[in-house]
Amino acid sequence: MEPAMPARGYVMVFLALVGLTAATVGLAYLDLGPWHATVGLTIAGIKALLIALYFMHVRHATGLVRVFAVVGLFWLGILMALTITDYATRAWLL
Amino acid sequence: MSTVTLPPATPAVPPRPEPTYVNVAFGVKSWLLTTDHKRIALLYLVSITFMFFLGGFLIAVVRTHLLTPRGILLSADTYNKFFTMHGIIMVFFFLIPSIPAVIGNFVLPLMIGAKDLAFPRLNLLSWYLYIFGAVFTLWAVLVGGVDTGWTFYTPYSSASSHTNVIPAAVGIFITGFSSILTGLNFIVTTHRMRAPGLTWFRLPLMVWALYATSIIMLLGTPVLACTLLLLAIERTWHIGIFDPALGGDPILFQHFFWFYSHPAVYIMILPGMGVVSEIIPCFARKNIFGYGFVAFSSVAIAVVGFLVWGHHMFVAGQSVYAAMVFSLLSYLVAIPSAIKVFNWTATLYKGSIAFDAPMLYAFGFIAMFTVGGLTGLFLAALGLNVHVHDTYFVVAHFHFIMVGGMIMAYMGGLHFWWPKMTGHMYPEGWARLAALIIFVGFVLTFLPQFVVGYLGMPRRYHHYAPEFQVLNVMSTAGASVLSLGYVLPLVYLLWSLAYGKRAGANPWQATGLEWQTPSPPPPDNFQVTPVVTEPPYQYAKGATGAA
Amino acid sequence: MPLDHSPLAHHFRDLDQQHEAATLGMWIFLSTELMVFGALFTGYTVYRAAYHAEFAAASALLHIGIAGINTIVLLTSSLTMVLAVHGVRQGRRQLVVRCLIATAVLGTTFLVLKVFEYHGDYRDGLVPGLSFQDQEWLSHDPPLKPGAVKLFLFCYYAMTGLHALHLLIGIGMIAVLTWQTARGRYTPYSFNPVEVGGLYWHFVDVVWLFLLPLLYLVGPRGG
Repeated sequence: MEPAMPARGYVMVFLALVGLTAATVGLAYLDLGPWHATVGLTIAGIKALLIALYFMHVRHATGLVRVFAVVGLFWLGILMALTITDYATRAWLL
Repeated sequence: MSTVTLPPATPAVPPRPEPTYVNVAFGVKSWLLTTDHKRIALLYLVSITFMFFLGGFLIAVVRTHLLTPRGILLSADTYNKFFTMHGIIMVFFFLIPSIPAVIGNFVLPLMIGAKDLAFPRLNLLSWYLYIFGAVFTLWAVLVGGVDTGWTFYTPYSSASSHTNVIPAAVGIFITGFSSILTGLNFIVTTHRMRAPGLTWFRLPLMVWALYATSIIMLLGTPVLACTLLLLAIERTWHIGIFDPALGGDPILFQHFFWFYSHPAVYIMILPGMGVVSEIIPCFARKNIFGYGFVAFSSVAIAVVGFLVWGHHMFVAGQSVYAAMVFSLLSYLVAIPSAIKVFNWTATLYKGSIAFDAPMLYAFGFIAMFTVGGLTGLFLAALGLNVHVHDTYFVVAHFHFIMVGGMIMAYMGGLHFWWPKMTGHMYPEGWARLAALIIFVGFVLTFLPQFVVGYLGMPRRYHHYAPEFQVLNVMSTAGASVLSLGYVLPLVYLLWSLAYGKRAGANPWQATGLEWQTPSPPPPDNFQVTPVVTEPPYQYAKGATGAA
Repeated sequence: MPLDHSPLAHHFRDLDQQHEAATLGMWIFLSTELMVFGALFTGYTVYRAAYHAEFAAASALLHIGIAGINTIVLLTSSLTMVLAVHGVRQGRRQLVVRCLIATAVLGTTFLVLKVFEYHGDYRDGLVPGLSFQDQEWLSHDPPLKPGAVKLFLFCYYAMTGLHALHLLIGIGMIAVLTWQTARGRYTPYSFNPVEVGGLYWHFVDVVWLFLLPLLYLVGPRGG
């Protein structure tokens, strides 16, 4: 079984992850107003994607594995979306 | 003619019979440490049968208490404990594992031509987790019970109740992992272990049903696990996210609880629908009508079933806009179920129908599930829900589906695959009688509950208004008949293990790979891995499907 | 390489099928794990929207320094883990053992730092029931609801606690993998436990990557 990518590739991904972590923490010290959550979670999402694609080998995985890799996210989305629908609309008057 | 006495012929040495999964090894250790999916199925069978009769005993006491409006059998607190424990045991320890863990474990590898599930040791672990969870819950029963209702609503469960909430919650938490691992096993098995030629659209519909059920088990149960954990933490340390004193919302508990528990009812019914989809073609000697529709509707139920949980909370305090969304989605989820009923009915049309016990149960399922399902639509209507919420109308609705539907399907499946599992036929006459008694008992128990609920009798109350007594007496009478109906199979199925007629590989002349191997099957299921070249349910006139 | 039994389980056709089953199984398990955390994430989201001021104020008091270091620690452990899987594919047993040990050590470092962090939280009055002072929050300008702060802290301890529990289990799993590797149990053609163990480890890392901004960086931190 040939390796999915050379060891050096993993180190490059790791360095990118460290850089993005520094960015996450650094940006927290600026005043981004209401954008803190979006920025922080977006960077986290990019890091997660890098780990999934390269460390967890999703890049070279079968379609079936890729489906199961995202299905949990989709279902979590259902839980969050419909729950938040309740809380977001409670204050609405008819 | 001279009489010549010939010497007795030397008897030919009979060939040594191949071992079956039953006689390949003896001893308690060979059963308790087995990784054979067929033996594990039987371990589950014994366990859930015990839990079923325990849950049944609890409600028998309740129904007896309800013979009079001011029932004197149980105090209010004890009454609450009895219906709570009945619900917990029946939902988590009988209905959810029943068809998947007993019938599914047994037939899934056989139906796809595999030697076992993908992860046999994980399968054994699933059973031990079930037992471990059951022990915790039974302990909670023995040391004083739980009185929160099987729904464990906060803040009563987290702050006020003085009963054994935490052991019961822990028991369900542990058993939940049994469910999750079984679902995982089924999904990987279905994807990766099908025999050559067995494409997705050649699979028996039971496999589609088990697959859809497994999706729900996998993605819903973890949320319940987390929720019960949060409940236990809040109850223990008096701090948590459901606590209104902190600005928390008790209804958040209900959101999380029902996110699992609504799809859970589909965990309970989908395998039953799978069983019916196997029985109907066989006993109508016809191909299933609309295979693709039935297959896709199973998956649709699994997915859309996750979008409707708020219909349990219409009067709980959620926003009316969320309620409207959940109401609409609840109407949508009825559609795939209805599609299945139409397809089964269409399969019967111009079929050559036999009334063996499995078929009687399948008929009962279709009729009772339809009534239960339609009354679900009543409940999904916002205005009507306000009137019937927390009345016996709801109780009748879900019992029509769970008992009239699911348990009938379970009994039908048990009878259908009994010869395969045990190598013995059950006595057909007694089986038909039992099916009839169950049907009559069931209708007498639960039909009056629709009426009395609509008239306003609340659920979970230990006393009721005197004008409801006649209907309650009818219901209790029905429950007595129903109990007899359930005891009969216990007796004759056990009897059949010793005295039942020996069954061949395919006593029903059914299609499907499980019928192409001896009864009981050998440990590795098939001598030679089968190769599939045909679609399922090829019950054309004249085809016998015999081995 | 001594093999005391065949790596191929009897119910599988070949090693490929066994490998595919193992990886698919672990990915499915990770989806279920995501749903467990998901309930907590959902509750957190609901309350953060309702009590943003309290959540931001409490979040700013958490120890971002330790959290930042811990993030690097976990990311490094993911690197050593994937290098272990890489090494097993090449049959380099010694390298694999070293990488696995490094992964376990880094994971343990995370937990040790976490203990220090929780202690610091306790000293800063951030443990409800123990060191939490209602008055401290009521006297803010504008006043903050102590209850809502407690909700944030509950979520913080629940989410990081659940994460730490998963990490602890992961370390135990790595220990077993190290021992089995040293015994020569894995070959370049059959190393499923190492690979799926890696998947689990990376998942635990990814959860932390989301906990960091969610819990520690709700609002701007004073420079």
